[in-house]
Amino acid sequence: MNADRIYTARRPLLVEALTALALIAVPFVLPFFDAAPNTVNRILVWGLFGIGFDILFGYTGLLSFGQSALYGTGGFVAAYLLTRAGFPHVITALVIGMVAAAVVGYLVGLVALRRTGIYFAMITIAIAEVFFFVEFNPLSEWTGGENGLPGVPTPSLDLGFAQLKFTTGWALYPFLAACYFIGIVIALRVVRSPVGAVLRAIRENPLRAAAVGHDIHGYKLTAFVIAAAYAGFAGGLLGVMQAFMPPDAFMFETSGQLVMQTAIGGRGTLFGPLVGASVWLFLQDFLQSTLNLGATWKLVLGLVFVVLVCFLRQGIIGGLRDLYGLVRGKRRAEAPVVPTVPTPRAASGTSMPAHELPNGHTGPVLLATNLTKHYGGLAANEDIDFRVDAGEVRGIIGPNGAGKTTFFKMLTCEVPPTAGKIVFKGRDITGKSVTDVCQLGLTKSYQVNQLFNRLTVRENVAIAALAALRGKFRLDLLRGLSRVEGLEERVEQTLALVNLTQRRDTPVAELAYGEKRRLEIGLALASSPSLLLLDEPLAGMSPRERVETVELLKSIGKGRTMIVIDHDIDSLFELAERVTVLQEGRVLVEGTPDEIKRNAAVQEAYLGGVNGVH
Amino acid sequence: MITWANFGSQLFNGLALGALLALIASGLTIIYGTLGVLNLAHGAMFMLGGYAGYLAWQSSGSFLLGVAAGTLALGVLGIVMERLVIRYFYARPHEDQLLVTFGLAIVFVELVRWYFSSDSKTVQAPALLQGITNMGFMFYPTYRLAVVGICAVALLVLFLVLYRTRLGMIVRAGIEDSVMVDSLGINIDRVFMVVFGIGAMAAGFAGFINAPIVSLAPEIGEQILVQTFVVVVIGGVGSFPGAVLGGLIAGEIISLTSMVNPGYAYVMLFAAMTLVLMIRPRGLLGAKGRE
Repeated sequence: MNADRIYTARRPLLVEALTALALIAVPFVLPFFDAAPNTVNRILVWGLFGIGFDILFGYTGLLSFGQSALYGTGGFVAAYLLTRAGFPHVITALVIGMVAAAVVGYLVGLVALRRTGIYFAMITIAIAEVFFFVEFNPLSEWTGGENGLPGVPTPSLDLGFAQLKFTTGWALYPFLAACYFIGIVIALRVVRSPVGAVLRAIRENPLRAAAVGHDIHGYKLTAFVIAAAYAGFAGGLLGVMQAFMPPDAFMFETSGQLVMQTAIGGRGTLFGPLVGASVWLFLQDFLQSTLNLGATWKLVLGLVFVVLVCFLRQGIIGGLRDLYGLVRGKRRAEAPVVPTVPTPRAASGTSMPAHELPNGHTGPVLLATNLTKHYGGLAANEDIDFRVDAGEVRGIIGPNGAGKTTFFKMLTCEVPPTAGKIVFKGRDITGKSVTDVCQLGLTKSYQVNQLFNRLTVRENVAIAALAALRGKFRLDLLRGLSRVEGLEERVEQTLALVNLTQRRDTPVAELAYGEKRRLEIGLALASSPSLLLLDEPLAGMSPRERVETVELLKSIGKGRTMIVIDHDIDSLFELAERVTVLQEGRVLVEGTPDEIKRNAAVQEAYLGGVNGVH
Repeated sequence: MITWANFGSQLFNGLALGALLALIASGLTIIYGTLGVLNLAHGAMFMLGGYAGYLAWQSSGSFLLGVAAGTLALGVLGIVMERLVIRYFYARPHEDQLLVTFGLAIVFVELVRWYFSSDSKTVQAPALLQGITNMGFMFYPTYRLAVVGICAVALLVLFLVLYRTRLGMIVRAGIEDSVMVDSLGINIDRVFMVVFGIGAMAAGFAGFINAPIVSLAPEIGEQILVQTFVVVVIGGVGSFPGAVLGGLIAGEIISLTSMVNPGYAYVMLFAAMTLVLMIRPRGLLGAKGRE
């Protein structure tokens, strides 16, 4: 079972079925081990709470320490409705609590997601603390302050012929188990949807996820709202389970415990929080009542947690997976290894449609005028006029520090120009975002590989292709990845183009350098741009790899418009129809390769420092 | 009822709290700036400093010894922590660093709870600084007044270390680009250890200085940590002047709001942080491009 793979499931409902079986078996098996039903119920609530959090932390890579705010919000809204407002229907109240938490989550996310990394962690902690104080003071009339809200009723279902009452202990278990099951089924669909794939991409490399055309802020906010909804519903269940909504749901400790349980069980697995909660709560019971450790149990758990984070990075589930992989790997190693040398295949050329040019569009694909970039007093680019026509393959050369990479960064809108204008397909794109520009059909492959490292080759390409097929933001949360029309063909075509078909299921981390370079180009190709920029595609390659890659680029260049930067001038002259030479941030000369070779100024620029000899 | 005297004393309370927050936040921020690790155990270390000082103060009766013990014990703890745990996390993702320091914070808090119990402990200010000072326009507790001065001196010392010594120059260069510093032939590894020690000492020092104002309890670090985060977000991560400015702003917001309604102190603090994030996401004095 590997929930972190985007392409799963030869048996698509296996995980769901096993979960259902396990949940049904629990009340028949666990009583033999003297497990307290209340502990089991609490584990389910924590597990459900954690499913949403794992989508946020494990899948999207956003570590929030503020989930208690949403847990408390959902819990108190539901509890308030059921107690003070006299609302009769428990399940509806839980859903309303969930919606309230999601709305609050949206607002909180707007603030917290303005920054990433540690800033995000710090801001979520601060927000959670605010909620705690608001609950205790300004809102205490509604929330009961430090007394909480007692008297939360338990749910019952009227089936017409019979009334199902879920009270406490094992009698409440079926209700909680059903909630957990629905929660996990929905979450499994979400992580297997195109959105789930994009979330992983954001975790692995947010910069590239944005550059291939995904609106990463929108997707992060989506993950945050999903986590909030799960938290809100679980918060409501807490009140139902205890017949009392405790104010400590809002405490920072709640967030902390959730984070720790998820890390203990294994992040990015969906089931990790449940496993972590089981370890946590059973260990707590054991340390407290069997070993009589009293309050010291938390010290022991803290130590266990630190050791676990140090040595078992992916938690218990991750550890088991590695163990399983090790055992299987050994067995596989005994079998004769079939050499998997990728056989170069004739690329299928232009079968992949590029972004169409608008009807009646004539003139250049790209027109940059007066483009200038200053960094403080340093002029990286000065007054560059540049034009590329449809179908052209243009080369750019220039000595180190000539401003080639800065020039590319301005064209793809990674950095805004100090002055000047960029027109792409007749549209002014100056000041747009990388994401929007990629969606319009202009993208680049990077000088230093920017890949999604823990994903496979096929998944990498799929993420770029998804942006082209679905647009920059779409909430197809419940659609299977295989249902995205044209995805499979596009991924296969791209893999064939860059000659990685046989390596499709290899994680990026295991690729050879040359293969990574080809994948880097593949990521840019998969969005089928109408203008493809290649920043030093040959950098760091061996002479043989260069020859192969030049052939590859030639076949890619058929029917495409490309601009290529490289230091390998011979290869570039072979590829490009026209070449622009940059020197000290300005255009030195432009012409066909032959013209460039004969140009005195170019020879001087490259030989350098011999200007005295005339 | 808000009187001028009340307003004046709250203003000073804010100054005392702000100076303390500035000191703690500068420790946190130079550690993050140099090592790239956000230390979630910083609040717990503040609390440990208070308890370490308390032990020395109780057995000797000397406040100065308490200060020294709180500071030095935390310096040692910081170095040990860096050598045994933190340095293995430099190459790991931020999330792992957050998780492990969070775990350490829990261990520290629970250790103290186990050894000292959950009951709060009070430290008396030294005789010289007890009582009330007549400032002409109002009366104000002498010790709190002294705290402003003590923290100002400590911040000055930190400033001198950071801006007037070779080590400080390396640290500030490391905040800009630690890889570059390393390739210049400077042993960045040792610098990291020292920086972590200095940051821990600042927390420990503040922990004991604060003890006569707010009595010691195992959980006091948590609240201070949250306030410190707001300080750092407002001031800008990695910026020493930002930590000082942010500390004073946060201190005044908390005190002045408390004068009107203590329940809204955090709401106002949060509103200020949100405002800064909206108009200047990198913080008031933060360097551009740092995440």
